[in-house]
Amino acid sequence: MSGIALLAPDPAILARRDAIVAGLRAIVPGEGVIVSEDERRAFESDALTAYRRVPMVVVLPSTTKQVAEVLAFCSREGVPVIPRGAGTSLAGGALPQEDAVVLGVAKMSKVLDVDLANRTVRVQTGVTNLGVSAAIAHEGFFYAPDPSSQLACTIAGNVAMNSGGAHCLKYGVTTNNLLGVTFVTLQGEIVEIGGDALDAPGLDMLGLICGSEGQFGVVTEATLRILPLAEGARPILFGFPSPEAAGACVAAVLGAGIVPVAIEYMDKLAIDICEDFAKAGYPRDVGAMLIVEVEGSAAEIDEQLARIGAIAETHGATYARQAKTPAEAAAIWKGRKSAFGAMGRVSDYICMDGTIPTGKLPEVLTRIGEICEAQGLKVANIFHAGDGNLHPLVLYDMNDPVSLSKAEKAGEDILLACVEAGGCLTGEHGVGIEKRDLMTAQFTRIELMQQMRVKSVFDPAWLLNPAKVFPLENRIAKAAA
Amino acid sequence: MSETVSPFDEAGIEATIREAVDAKTPILIRGAGSRSGLGRPVQAGITLSTERLTGVTLLEPSELVVSAKAGTPVAEVEAELARVGQRLAFEPLDHRALYGTASEPTIGGLVATNASGPRRVIAGAARDALIGVRLTTGRAETIRSGGRVMKNVTGYDLVKFACGSHGVLGVVTEATFKTLPIAETEATLVLEGLDDAHGVAALCAAMGTPFEVSGAAHLPALNGAPSRTCLRLENFESQVAYRAGQLASRLKSFGTASRLDADASRALWREIGAAASLLGSPERAVWRISVAPTRGPAVVARLGPLAEAHVYDWSGGLIWVATSAAGDAGASTLRPIVREARGHATLVRAPEAVRAAVDVFEPEAPALARLTAGLRASFDPAGVLNPGRMHAR
Repeated sequence: MSGIALLAPDPAILARRDAIVAGLRAIVPGEGVIVSEDERRAFESDALTAYRRVPMVVVLPSTTKQVAEVLAFCSREGVPVIPRGAGTSLAGGALPQEDAVVLGVAKMSKVLDVDLANRTVRVQTGVTNLGVSAAIAHEGFFYAPDPSSQLACTIAGNVAMNSGGAHCLKYGVTTNNLLGVTFVTLQGEIVEIGGDALDAPGLDMLGLICGSEGQFGVVTEATLRILPLAEGARPILFGFPSPEAAGACVAAVLGAGIVPVAIEYMDKLAIDICEDFAKAGYPRDVGAMLIVEVEGSAAEIDEQLARIGAIAETHGATYARQAKTPAEAAAIWKGRKSAFGAMGRVSDYICMDGTIPTGKLPEVLTRIGEICEAQGLKVANIFHAGDGNLHPLVLYDMNDPVSLSKAEKAGEDILLACVEAGGCLTGEHGVGIEKRDLMTAQFTRIELMQQMRVKSVFDPAWLLNPAKVFPLENRIAKAAA
Repeated sequence: MSETVSPFDEAGIEATIREAVDAKTPILIRGAGSRSGLGRPVQAGITLSTERLTGVTLLEPSELVVSAKAGTPVAEVEAELARVGQRLAFEPLDHRALYGTASEPTIGGLVATNASGPRRVIAGAARDALIGVRLTTGRAETIRSGGRVMKNVTGYDLVKFACGSHGVLGVVTEATFKTLPIAETEATLVLEGLDDAHGVAALCAAMGTPFEVSGAAHLPALNGAPSRTCLRLENFESQVAYRAGQLASRLKSFGTASRLDADASRALWREIGAAASLLGSPERAVWRISVAPTRGPAVVARLGPLAEAHVYDWSGGLIWVATSAAGDAGASTLRPIVREARGHATLVRAPEAVRAAVDVFEPEAPALARLTAGLRASFDPAGVLNPGRMHAR
């Protein structure tokens, strides 16, 4: 087991386990309270699989009212609560602890209302991200934020982490597509924030809650902005002799007044691994690759791709392949979208998530190479190039504790390099436990104190997802519970 | 008239706030004052001006980002961006016509009021384009949130929380925005003679097409001129031409659309954004109603003669309503009607006495009001920053 310290369970809470379970059963009947160890084990981790803790009990309410009663009960009893969507967090955002109640929204997964004229949908937050788009695709609409885990991840988790995706260069992230929420406080109050109008009144509570990593309360319903599908979309794939040439091309495209819906970057190692797995027809003799996607009518796409193609050529692109059919478009995306799975076949890896100013791309890529070489590890770089959100995948061997610790050290150094370059620790995965101890590199003591004060307004006793986001030392004093 | 302090830097702002906290003196925060009529009046002992905090501090066209200090005129930032073919990713709302003010609006005021114009309907508000702030809180501490990169979920999103907070959390000292290329050209399709319900239906139908309509407003009949339902397209020349044709054809059931070229389109949207000239006498009070677009026309109908003039922007999701400024400016009638439509209303223009007596912003439900009060106190425990600006104390 490795480096990140977790909170020691409170024996006084563990001693009251039976009474706590009985209290929860009085609120949520039947299978909604999960007690047996075998079943609880299914909740012991999220997608940051190196860390596991079996929770004391898992509760899966079916209504907002039950969520409110569970939270009020836990608040009264002083029991920590770990909110959970689908458990796909790469940052350990949903990692349980032994003395905590895991509160999952999985049983609340209905699409409640579709309003095409006003371009909104109302959902229960246990619905998956893709489930939202699937419910409206036949009407010609979609929900824009598209994290890689969209088949599994829930809107609850997306709101908690302010999730992004490949297409946010044009359409923004969760916070830009969220109009209202039903928010349940730890004290069990049900608060409606925002609604189905574009602006919410008062202070921007919606903006504050989105991305609060399950530390303020639980969001049980959400009103989302939906968008009409473009007439068409088409990717083009470019190969470049070097990462530097690809990086310069990205800057030139944006500088020329063209904002594609997505610009994805892959380096040589990433190309090889994805190509071995997905047979997407990626060029093997290039140093880096870009997938650029544009939208519009056929003629509009032709025109934009011609402009982009000309820019790529002047930046030394040695390979270009435009998708001529939907099948060819799917093939181009297939390799990229299966990247994390393909990588998992050849090696264990940790996926980092820093963001940098795109102009610093060449120097940061060089630095990432040096950092991993110093640890004797390989790194594959895949990222959303248009917005500077890097996903270096550091390859290691999970069965070798030394290898894991080297990978974690490399990951840490990469994120510090991102901060040093004027960027940040996390672009879309969230802080969770993974980047918690690096927060002092990004923020001053004064800044962290103010953020912790904000948490304390919602959660004075620090019961909600308490081990996350802030380093365990120098925390704000808990108010008397 | 209270004393005005104009610090040169953040240290000066911190010192001013520290002294005010010690002396329990309320502070009114001021940029250029172009929108000082927005919000409840503040009884202040000191006016803290950001006018000396000026300058564009970062401009990276290839990264689509610009930063400026709070006192920088919005016009200066826009001019710097225009030199490299870009503009702010949202459309700032200029309040000068509404308030009859002349001073150049500042970046700080723009952030503090989340002032967003017609492009809001597709490009988002100021809060969506804002990616970083520096904020000196009521604790006389300067904190950063966000940064200069597009995607950033490191720590809580205090950027959004500061935007539109009307100075009650802190003084915004510097802001960083996402930028976008200026569209090569624009055009506006105009349908004439539709009533409110059909006009808003046409706007909603247009917003449901893939043609990226970047302005959607319905201007009711005025002084004998027919109503105008206006749809803006901004893009490359060839795309605008293609999309205008497609859009007009999709909207055929609403009538035959005429087309305004780029210059006429720009002039029209300046007028719609400012709204003032469409709302009649400057003596009238003005409300902004936010509501789901399709429920807007029924709200206006229920207001009856109380609504002396009105304009729909944001596909109908924003209704500017002019009322008589007498009494409570119509608050006691208007608020329940808007609330029943699940919307909310802000009294954006009214005489000071009216704004002191009625809720300017939508009153909050008790649970939300408690959270708001707690959060404000966490930033400004002494309550010295713009006290009473948003809600009566």
